[in-house]
Amino acid sequence: MAEEFLRIEKLVKSFGGNPVVKGVDLGFNKGEFVTLLGPSGCGKTTILRMIAGFERPDSGRIVVEGSDISGLAPNRRKIGMVFQAYALFPNMNVADNIGFGLKIAGMPKPERDDRVEEMLKLIGLSGYGKRYPFELSGGQQQRVALARALAPSPRMLLLDEPLSALDAKIRVSLREQIREIQRELGITTVFVTHDQEEALSISDRIVVLNAGNVEQFGKPFDIYNRPATKFVATFVGTLNTLNATVTDAASRTVRLGDATFAIPALPASASNGDAVALTMRPEAVSLANGVARDIVLEGKVAEVAFLGSVIRLKVDLGGNTISLDTFNDQRTPPPAHGTPVRLGIASSDVLVLGD
Amino acid sequence: MKSGRLWSWIIFGLGAGYFLLPLLATFEFSLRIRREGYTFDAYTSVFSDGRFQASFSYSLIIGICAIIVGLLIVVPAAYYVRLRAPHLRPIIEFITLLPLIIPAIILVFGYIRMYNTSSPLPLLGTNVGTDILLTLAYVALALPYMYRAVDTGLRTIDVQTLTEAANILGANQATIIVQVIFPNIIVAVLSGAFLTLAIVIGEFTIASLLNRQVFGVYMQNVGANRAFEPAALAVISFVITWGAMGMIQLLARFAPKTARRD
Repeated sequence: MAEEFLRIEKLVKSFGGNPVVKGVDLGFNKGEFVTLLGPSGCGKTTILRMIAGFERPDSGRIVVEGSDISGLAPNRRKIGMVFQAYALFPNMNVADNIGFGLKIAGMPKPERDDRVEEMLKLIGLSGYGKRYPFELSGGQQQRVALARALAPSPRMLLLDEPLSALDAKIRVSLREQIREIQRELGITTVFVTHDQEEALSISDRIVVLNAGNVEQFGKPFDIYNRPATKFVATFVGTLNTLNATVTDAASRTVRLGDATFAIPALPASASNGDAVALTMRPEAVSLANGVARDIVLEGKVAEVAFLGSVIRLKVDLGGNTISLDTFNDQRTPPPAHGTPVRLGIASSDVLVLGD
Repeated sequence: MKSGRLWSWIIFGLGAGYFLLPLLATFEFSLRIRREGYTFDAYTSVFSDGRFQASFSYSLIIGICAIIVGLLIVVPAAYYVRLRAPHLRPIIEFITLLPLIIPAIILVFGYIRMYNTSSPLPLLGTNVGTDILLTLAYVALALPYMYRAVDTGLRTIDVQTLTEAANILGANQATIIVQVIFPNIIVAVLSGAFLTLAIVIGEFTIASLLNRQVFGVYMQNVGANRAFEPAALAVISFVITWGAMGMIQLLARFAPKTARRD
């Protein structure tokens, strides 16, 4: 396997004696789009700022293309960064903002102008060079910030929640544009967000962080479908948790209400009569009418949320409540509140997660 | 509602009269140098006086030097405190306020004692040395205004993010201050500069005790020996001060605008 482009080794950082990053080890490949995902205070921005050089690690190393950059000043790291607050220089027009890094690097003006024009074309803002930041919308400003970060051809791009200040529609279109540009340039990118949908939609791989530790590092598909811990399962997407009882530990059989069924795995310590929490995604549960599933549960519709293309139902199983998603069918209205329903679940979709 | 507005205008008129009447009276008096009627002869006399030109030019030069030295000290200091040492802010604010608390007479006696010809640093032994000392004294005198003006300017921009954005693009600290921070606080800097100039143009105590012929000293000399010229000088000095204030307002229109958010 080729050597990792960016390696983070045993990275530790505390602020005022309060540990924020607790010995994180990660490795990113060249050209990869990796997202650091987690709730506020999980250490994701601190890791990004340590990669940028704005924070110095208490211990550990950051290695890029085989050389340790931990002690290097930010202006010597050849890294591009986009900030949440855009951070365009208000005294400079768009062209000067984009050309700032090139000017610092000593690029002659004619070449600089060509490169600025190229970048403006890349972000779809040709002809905006003479405008000032205050004359642009938030989305346009963030595109200019992206062009400014990319203009000096950095070896890596860091994105610190660049979409958080934008409204929902622009956020979606800009994230698609960022991903498109990243693919086109093949630049290794580290993206920080607390928005799991954002992370799942654009990342090659996701690092889920919690309280300064890595909970899971993997592809979006695995993070969502095979969460390594309960934290990952609950933080990324919606998760149903149902309380069941182990009836036969040897055959991994559990009882949930009136239904008894086998599940793929049980904790090694589980014995007969133990309570166990079964988890599953809402889309793993279906209305069982005509659908063959090895687990069938009966309940009554407690809540119906029409979300457009998807309908989310909450079903009372008598002690447990389960959420399920079903596609909107124009010919069949969703079941009304209080309607008795049968639910089907594939036992292979049931997980018993540890902490 | 209407009577409320009327009272507002009455109070405004009284206030304006309190400030403007003495000024108008001074102006009117400055025009009465001849018995036969109003004339600008007092002004002609002042402007044609070689001592006026010399003292005013000298004050202007010292003022510009004080502004430059003040900016070289205050901008990096205020920037550093805001970016890296916000915990030092109360201490820095206290230090910058000291010139308002310590009377100029105390300050100048301190200088004379510290920098006289028998001291280890005998600045007062030469004309250039005394000019340097006077400039530094004015830097200290203008410190409360200069620091606050610059600090207020820094408060209007996101200093940390702009610094980091420029830094990651390859800029060093000096480039960041000169190319990114300074242009974005230029109006605040000019406010501080004009306030400094206004203070220097009217200053008397320090210059007089350091035996420098500044504009304030010239005004005092003229006031002691003439009747109408001091009134003309007072009006000229008001015009200069107000001109400086007007420039601050005018330049505020050209301030780099902060980014619009969606």
